[in-house]
Amino acid sequence: MRIGKQCQKSVLALALLFMAGPALADLSLLNMTQGVTDMSNQVYGLHMTIFWITVVIGVLVFGAMFYSIIRHRKSRGVKPAKFHHSTAVEIVWTIIPLAILVGMAIPATRVLIDINDTTGSEMTVKVTGYQWFWGYEYIDEDVQFLSRLDVESDRARQLGSGVSPASVPYYLENVDNRLVLPVDTRIRFQITAADVIHSWWVPDFGWKRDAIPGFVNETWTQIDEPGIYRGRCAELCGRDHGFMPIVIEAVEKDEFETWLMAQREGSSADEASDAVASR
Amino acid sequence: MTATTHDHAHHAAEATGFKRWLVTTNHKDIGSMYLLFSLAMFLVGGAMALVIRAELFQPGLQLVDPYFFNQMTTMHALVMIFGAVMPAFTGLANWMIPLMVGAPDMALPRMNNWSFWLLPFGFAVLLSTLFMPGGGPAGGWTMYPPLMLQTGTAFPFVIFAIHILGISSIMGSINVVATILNMRAPGMTLMKMPLFVWTWLITAYLMIAVMPVLAGAITMLLTDQYFGTTFFSAAGGGDPVLYQHIFWFFGHPEVYILILPAFGIVSTIIPAFARKPLFGYSSMVYATASIAFLSFIVWAHHMFTVGMPLAGQLFFMYATMLIAVPTGVKVFNWVATMWRGAMTFETPMLFALAFVFLFTIGGFSGLMLAIAPADYQYHDTYFVVAHFHYVLVTGAVFAILAAAYYWLPKWTGHMYSERLGKAHFWLSTISVNVLFFPQHFLGLAGMPRRIPDYSVQFADWNMISSIGGFAFGFSQLIFVWLLIKCIRGGEKAEARAWEGAEGLEWEVPSPAPHHTFDTPPVVR
Amino acid sequence: MAQAESGYYVPHGSNWPIIGSVGLTSLVIGIALYLEGMGLGLWVMGAGGALLIYMVWGWFADVIRESVGGLYSAQVDRSLRWGMIWFIFSEIMFFGAFFGALFYARFLSVPWLGGEDPATSRVLWDSALLAWPTAGPGNLGLDWKPMGPWPLPTINTLILLTSGVTLTVAHHALKENNRRRLITFMWMTIALGLAFICLQAYEYYEAYAHLNLRLDTGIYGSTFFMLTGFHGVHVLLGTIMLIVITLRCMKGHFEADSHFGYEATAWYWHFVDVVWLGLYVFVYIM
Repeated sequence: MRIGKQCQKSVLALALLFMAGPALADLSLLNMTQGVTDMSNQVYGLHMTIFWITVVIGVLVFGAMFYSIIRHRKSRGVKPAKFHHSTAVEIVWTIIPLAILVGMAIPATRVLIDINDTTGSEMTVKVTGYQWFWGYEYIDEDVQFLSRLDVESDRARQLGSGVSPASVPYYLENVDNRLVLPVDTRIRFQITAADVIHSWWVPDFGWKRDAIPGFVNETWTQIDEPGIYRGRCAELCGRDHGFMPIVIEAVEKDEFETWLMAQREGSSADEASDAVASR
Repeated sequence: MTATTHDHAHHAAEATGFKRWLVTTNHKDIGSMYLLFSLAMFLVGGAMALVIRAELFQPGLQLVDPYFFNQMTTMHALVMIFGAVMPAFTGLANWMIPLMVGAPDMALPRMNNWSFWLLPFGFAVLLSTLFMPGGGPAGGWTMYPPLMLQTGTAFPFVIFAIHILGISSIMGSINVVATILNMRAPGMTLMKMPLFVWTWLITAYLMIAVMPVLAGAITMLLTDQYFGTTFFSAAGGGDPVLYQHIFWFFGHPEVYILILPAFGIVSTIIPAFARKPLFGYSSMVYATASIAFLSFIVWAHHMFTVGMPLAGQLFFMYATMLIAVPTGVKVFNWVATMWRGAMTFETPMLFALAFVFLFTIGGFSGLMLAIAPADYQYHDTYFVVAHFHYVLVTGAVFAILAAAYYWLPKWTGHMYSERLGKAHFWLSTISVNVLFFPQHFLGLAGMPRRIPDYSVQFADWNMISSIGGFAFGFSQLIFVWLLIKCIRGGEKAEARAWEGAEGLEWEVPSPAPHHTFDTPPVVR
Repeated sequence: MAQAESGYYVPHGSNWPIIGSVGLTSLVIGIALYLEGMGLGLWVMGAGGALLIYMVWGWFADVIRESVGGLYSAQVDRSLRWGMIWFIFSEIMFFGAFFGALFYARFLSVPWLGGEDPATSRVLWDSALLAWPTAGPGNLGLDWKPMGPWPLPTINTLILLTSGVTLTVAHHALKENNRRRLITFMWMTIALGLAFICLQAYEYYEAYAHLNLRLDTGIYGSTFFMLTGFHGVHVLLGTIMLIVITLRCMKGHFEADSHFGYEATAWYWHFVDVVWLGLYVFVYIM
């Protein structure tokens, strides 16, 4: 029954897709998120620029191709032309793409330099990937904890659990302990892993970065607005690679300070024992 | 002495039944074995893909354990790359290159047999790992450490199986190079060679250059696992990312190994059915060579998110973007070849045209992926999956199908059923887009690759993709049926099976006799 | 008589490739079983190896018989040349992977761990002063010494360089049909090859017994033993090839103007020689 309904929806979506692919590019499930940081907006801008450039090139090339397919067919009685090369044309269609590429490389370079500049951060969070959960440590704040898939999703995701994913709120997108971060703060992440390679990815921040055992990768973000942002591990890390989500709770600065204080006082002992038990 | 040796050798040629196929040194026999092996592996790898798509039909885990799912994604890739696409191209090379350059056989016929027969043995070992304690490899076809080192009993078997496949590829490529450089008929200068031969020459060179590098990388995995070396462990001064560098130094040329011969095929078929010479022959050759050269200096674009120094990221981004130039030249040349031709649309042409259109879409997403900051979002998502399936399925596989349709009359002596061929084409082309186009959306919307289960917002597109997947998979059975029919009988094919076909292979009868060009033809 | 007309000899049917496939597959299955702790593996490995040797023996016997029997035209000879050239190229690329690993460790991963990447060296390791040669930040307490270029490796360099010269003298002798000098200098080359292998073995003994330098001594030990070890295996193979070729010379094979089997072996030996020079510079001296 439910499948039938989904099938209907699928067919409808399919029809839409073929009628107006690019025109739907605004809907959130078809396109990249714009995200909530300056950087994610820049990345989104780059993405759309390149996308439209390829669309234009595509229209021109495929236009010529289909025109030719329709007009230059034997069944219309045409005689084939004999030409087989033209150095001038070859040079033109080498130079023009080259120029377009240079035009694309300039903004891409700017954004890339910006993303890789981790100086001037106001706080540091160390992120550690484990099989299969995340560990977070607020450097110099004496707060650290582990963050795992929430119990409800975990129950529903077992093979043959009989629990419908649709009935679980935020199926596979919820964790027990959220990573709480302040808004309007330049936050540096130090990303590493304890066992195999993972990749820490929150699409709303505009990047992912691999967590590599034995090395630390640094990157940064600055969140513009409070909210809940969800991400996931993006590098195959074994059996439960698909089941180690990331949930960020971005709050106002003062709220963050209060939360941090509470963490430090209330449950540092619990957290520590929890961390040991999980090893 | 001469006579006796020869008589003895000739006697062996009379081997019949199964023995004939075990000992043959004939390029046509070996080519046929490669092609049939490739088809078998295409179906095996396809079955694995269907397991993947079936599990992804709905959110939640319904059919398989996540670990088995990972084995399927890993094996699907290994089987399709090393078992289906590469052997298919090698089979085409075996059949067609001697015919196209006017040679009596491949340059090193006995080694040719060995190149082929290592493949079934290598795959027997590789596929058997699925039944070993701890299951088959589940770390992805890229086999990144440290994850790959968690493989069970299967680990050394996988490594050695890939060694065997690599040895097979290297020998096959050496044979192709020797054949092309040394066996051309008088008058067949390099710049008169058919483009398929040119692209294969360059492909073979790439393979000889990079397969040993893969062998080195997986040997280091082996010694890290069993002999305490620390190539890929920071504690010992190594780096897991080192493996990725070595692997992708192999891996990027490898993806061109999977596509350059396809360029050659399409450059052969489009002129034949447009009844007009290929536009810009020499620029096609130079473009292919440029792509091959660039393939050696772009590998780290597979690794933009590993935390490379900025200068490295910039270099690899620029170098990668450059590939669009020679690739663009190729696409433009194909369109210019069609321009003002007199086209007909038999099945090979249809697949070739679909190749140009759909491969170019894969090229566009490739260009997007080249932009490093944007790749921070695309990397390891379904956008990448969509990208490489557009270039490998609607690219490489469609070109192989086009080649099969184009040369089937030469191989079997019969015309295939055009009705079944067209049905195969249209069903494949529609379903393959239903299968892969939505995966762009899934990736952009945030679905990572290599996951057995996903959150519910991805459900609709996954379901559509799975429907497309099953339709595409079962459409291929039409091809199998058509093939059986065509081998067993059908309308007799003429020597020149297609009106506009050019090249030495069409000068010999259909089916091509067991021995051709014992006396080399003279090319004007 | 296909080949008689075209002049290109196409052998008809051969059992060797399939025997080789069975042999190679058994060999690697045996090794894999052994690595996974199954003693049976050694037997499978032995059987596979024996089959492989049988195959190589028989296959080359066929080739030699055909060659001596005059079936190979100049064009066949060229095919074999291309085959050998590209085979050696593939071998160079194989070594390239290991040289690449060495350079990466020396110029990237060790400096990163040694303080160039402050986050890594401070947050994860206490390794800010790590420098080549090293066994890595996890083995800081390990007491070991690297292998210097003096005296063994330098002597070995001289031995290999000399062997290149003696081989060339032998080659000239072959071209001038001076069999006695050919065979004398071939045996000299072989003796030098064997001397190299012996000294290399002694160097390994020194490393394990006195320097505490082992295969598992971090990235230094890994790159050192894998590079020199694979090279040593190639020297061994090259020496065996030289012995076979010399025995053939003694049987009167090869002509002054047609001796590809000899040349292929010489190429291979020079390739092994050149790889060693790379090792000497990058592994021992720098």
